[in-house]
Amino acid sequence: MITSFLINSLDRRGRFVVGLLVLLALLVPAGNLLVPEANAFHVSTYQLTLCGKYLTYALLALSVDLVWGYCGILSLGHGAFFALGGYAMGMYLMRQIGARGVYADPVLPDFMVFLNWKELPWFWHGFDMAWYAFLMVMLVPGVLAFLFGWLSFRSRVTGVYLSIITQALTYALLLAFFRNDMGFGGNNGLTDFKDILGFPIQAPGTRAALFAASALMLALGFVVASAVVRSKLGKVLVAIRDAESRTRFIGYRVEHYKLFVWTLSAVMAGIAGALYVPQVGIINPSEFDPAASIEAVIWVAVGGRGTLIGPLIGAVAVNFGKTWFTGVLPEVWLYALGALFVVVTLFLPRGLVGLWDRAVTGRAKPVKDVDGSERQAGEAA
Amino acid sequence: MTDKAEGSLLYLDDVSVSFDGFRAINRLSLVLEPGEMRAIIGPNGAGKTTMMDIITGKTRPDTGDVLFDGSVDLTRLDEAAIANLGIGRKFQKPTVFESHSVEDNIALALKSRRGAFAALFHRRSAAEQERIDGLLSTIRLADKRHLLAARLSHGQKQWLEIGMLLAQEPRLLLVDEPAAGMTDAETAETAILLKEIAKTQSVVVVEHDMTFVRALGVKVTVLHEGSVLAEGSLDAVSANPRVIEVYLGR
Ligand SMILES: Nc1ncnc2c1ncn2[C@@H]1O[C@H](COP(=O)(O)OP(=O)(O)O)[C@@H](O)[C@H]1O
Ligand SMILES: [Mg+2]
Repeated sequence: MITSFLINSLDRRGRFVVGLLVLLALLVPAGNLLVPEANAFHVSTYQLTLCGKYLTYALLALSVDLVWGYCGILSLGHGAFFALGGYAMGMYLMRQIGARGVYADPVLPDFMVFLNWKELPWFWHGFDMAWYAFLMVMLVPGVLAFLFGWLSFRSRVTGVYLSIITQALTYALLLAFFRNDMGFGGNNGLTDFKDILGFPIQAPGTRAALFAASALMLALGFVVASAVVRSKLGKVLVAIRDAESRTRFIGYRVEHYKLFVWTLSAVMAGIAGALYVPQVGIINPSEFDPAASIEAVIWVAVGGRGTLIGPLIGAVAVNFGKTWFTGVLPEVWLYALGALFVVVTLFLPRGLVGLWDRAVTGRAKPVKDVDGSERQAGEAA
Repeated sequence: MTDKAEGSLLYLDDVSVSFDGFRAINRLSLVLEPGEMRAIIGPNGAGKTTMMDIITGKTRPDTGDVLFDGSVDLTRLDEAAIANLGIGRKFQKPTVFESHSVEDNIALALKSRRGAFAALFHRRSAAEQERIDGLLSTIRLADKRHLLAARLSHGQKQWLEIGMLLAQEPRLLLVDEPAAGMTDAETAETAILLKEIAKTQSVVVVEHDMTFVRALGVKVTVLHEGSVLAEGSLDAVSANPRVIEVYLGR
């Protein structure tokens, strides 16, 4: 039932995206591992890892869009869930190091030996097992989001107030994770990873596999998000976004719906963070920086809020721009990002996807809306 | 005191609510029989909308009883629970789901299990589709079913909202100024529609438009400064000197 529910959920555009991601998962690693370096189709390991990182950002953006674009909950703290998933993965990778650390302690990670700790804190137990760590990747952000959402949605905190407390949440975590005695490596975070699932983390094969995993996980996230937004539940979410009190007076418990999508979204963000960490090789408190969460919102706005493709396009495009700018004109990047956000907010309320839709429908069938086949991009994608 | 509520559909007794010291509803009492249609009139600020807020759980009264079906205490329930008891509400300013199609607006309002997981796996049944089609023709929007609600005219939105109300299959409909912003022809049609609805459901209509209230031809309650000023047929209350004073003295 679940599989048919998921597969039926894709429209043409959705099938295209999923197909493309599966293709990328095959072709890009092949281009890296199989195509000789001299060939024009060769993908360097640097490019592969960079693109893999973009894909995890795209998954984060998708999770932000699920709550913001479809339910009107502007989260300025989704970076927190991303970072928590990343830390859970980082803890697993730290334990994989074993006795190969500088201090060669078979159990304790280097930073704990350095702090003169004698034994592993209780919350580090179990992270030597992959299944447990991967479960925590979803559970920790999920449970935190559930509690946070339960408290705030039940007290009907909405709009700007909710956005502010999401910022406060990620900021509080930023400060907490900076502290050495929290047991997460403080300022330096977790790094110097060696293996993942027994494979050397720097090896080209492992990197290619991580890329493929990111692409496939993004495809899966896309299918799930699509199933959710195209279900009746998804329509209720949009109804809440459009007219929250109307939705209540029809008899829907708005807080339950918000809690569902909010928690689901946090789990997605956590998975994105977990895939991000082994590819960049480090997780530190800067991932909790409120600015990082705001950036994720900008990706969604640029790509097209309330569409499923928009966040993917936005995350990749903006980060491509960021990589390029920081290489060429590093001081200009933040201004460029700010300007981009202003331009999109003022002139492209539906982002790049909206622009594309308008260009296509505008040219092909100008009177499409009379027979009603024109839908908002939010429903089409 | 609940004995008095026996047999009534809606029972308000000695209800008061203040906003920052201002008494918007002042010792209001009102009883509605099952199957009854009632018109509520009164000048702006009389407390008509606030009364509906109290019945539907949006506003908690400071004092007083609000009972549904003679015994269910509405002051203890939230909006969703009250809606699911069978009380539907149309807002003064038409509120529909603008980025949903007309048909989806009705589909969302359709009586069904309201839980999140029920909605996630919901598939529209043939019976539901039939019901949606029926409602769309009742509110004369069948040919606009695929249109986004945002594209409807003001009057059409009012009708769509009435359709959504009917889709909930409520036992009691609260309708706040349905004719506001409508053309004369639309107003007349709305009166006919509401009378049709009143054959099977209880209805409370708030309206300013006297021709509209006359067309309904039902018992009228006049609200003023948060309490009932007069009650009776439209002719009787129009002849009431206090009512004349309130309306003309403005
Ligand atoms: N939430 C609120 N806060 C403060 N004052 C309110 C609130 N709701 C209503 N009022 C006041 O209560 C009075 C009654 O308003 P309302 O019920 O909207 O009147 P009506 O619908 O009869 O025109 C008005 O003076 C209004 O300003
Ligand atoms: Mg009013």
